Amino acid sequence: MIENFEYISLLIIPLFILFTVLYGTVKKVRVYDSFVAGAKEGPAIILNIFPYLLTIFVAIKGFQASGAFDYVRNAFYSVFAFLDVPIEAVSMAIIKPLSGSASTALFTDIVKTAGPDSMATHMSAVIMGSAETTFYVLAVYLGSVSIRKTRYLVPVCLVADFIGIVVAVFIARWFF
Amino acid sequence: MNILWLVMICVSIVFAIFTGNLEAFTKSIFDGAKSAVEISLYLLGIVSVWLGITRILEDSGLIYRIAHLFKPLISRLFRNIPGDHPSITAITLNVLANLFGLGNAATPLGIKAMQELDALNEDKGTITPEMMTFIVINTASLQLIPFSVIGILAGYGNRNPAAVVLPVLIATAISTMTALLVLAVFRKIFR
Repeated sequence: MIENFEYISLLIIPLFILFTVLYGTVKKVRVYDSFVAGAKEGPAIILNIFPYLLTIFVAIKGFQASGAFDYVRNAFYSVFAFLDVPIEAVSMAIIKPLSGSASTALFTDIVKTAGPDSMATHMSAVIMGSAETTFYVLAVYLGSVSIRKTRYLVPVCLVADFIGIVVAVFIARWFF
Repeated sequence: MNILWLVMICVSIVFAIFTGNLEAFTKSIFDGAKSAVEISLYLLGIVSVWLGITRILEDSGLIYRIAHLFKPLISRLFRNIPGDHPSITAITLNVLANLFGLGNAATPLGIKAMQELDALNEDKGTITPEMMTFIVINTASLQLIPFSVIGILAGYGNRNPAAVVLPVLIATAISTMTALLVLAVFRKIFR
């Protein structure tokens, strides 16, 4: 079942591109020239995104390296001690919104050290699969159109992330 | 964002001083800059590819047909998008790419959607309600099957890696709905 789904996923992009160029050709579009004209817009957009990405990455990396991350994690761990959440899952919950590569590395580490069938691994897996790298998404999408006034978007994302993690913890406990 | 960034930087530096991690902190700033450059270069490639593909969609008129097709679905969440606007197509393709776990397509199509939504923005530089809804959906991580998680679990000898599919799906569905609910609540408060 999963293999089939994986195959469909692999098919989607090639088929979509094939359909697009054939449809364009039928509609008498010079697809090569269109593609070039579209691709030409890329650099300007990335130039907009770059400073936002840089600014947020510097803050995130500094936060991890300074030891502040460990402190925040331990604080969360003791506050939610009554829920009996493994500390690995708490780390996962805090790192996932901050960094995609760091959360993949951390997840691999958890599977290795806590064991592939442990509660810590299962709970981290659900968090890893159901949470998104919020700060990266914010930097890229807001940066791409140079949005400076974000109004109440950031608090909404943080509250939603927090609720999402709590939901993931309960669901993991319920399933495993 | 301003407050968040300020707090993160100040707290980090104070911690670095007290924990003696000053050297690591300074190094991490340049590490962060380096990963920003690397990711921007990666994005430059895939975003340009998808802008090329979507330009063919525009020139052939297909983008308006797809928009027309998905308008009834998308307009439930995005009320203020007029007619068969191209942003509907970009949003639809982004959501589909997310669902199927096509990361290389989801982000570029999301950027395209932001560009199209910004074309409707009368007050440039300020976020619109449609952009907020779109970003909230993207930060809630819609995904049918978490391939990377399953891959890592299988690689380290988990007995039944596919067992995470259902809990992840339920968790994602609930967190996406709560995220939209939280957005609706904030919208009521800050009207």
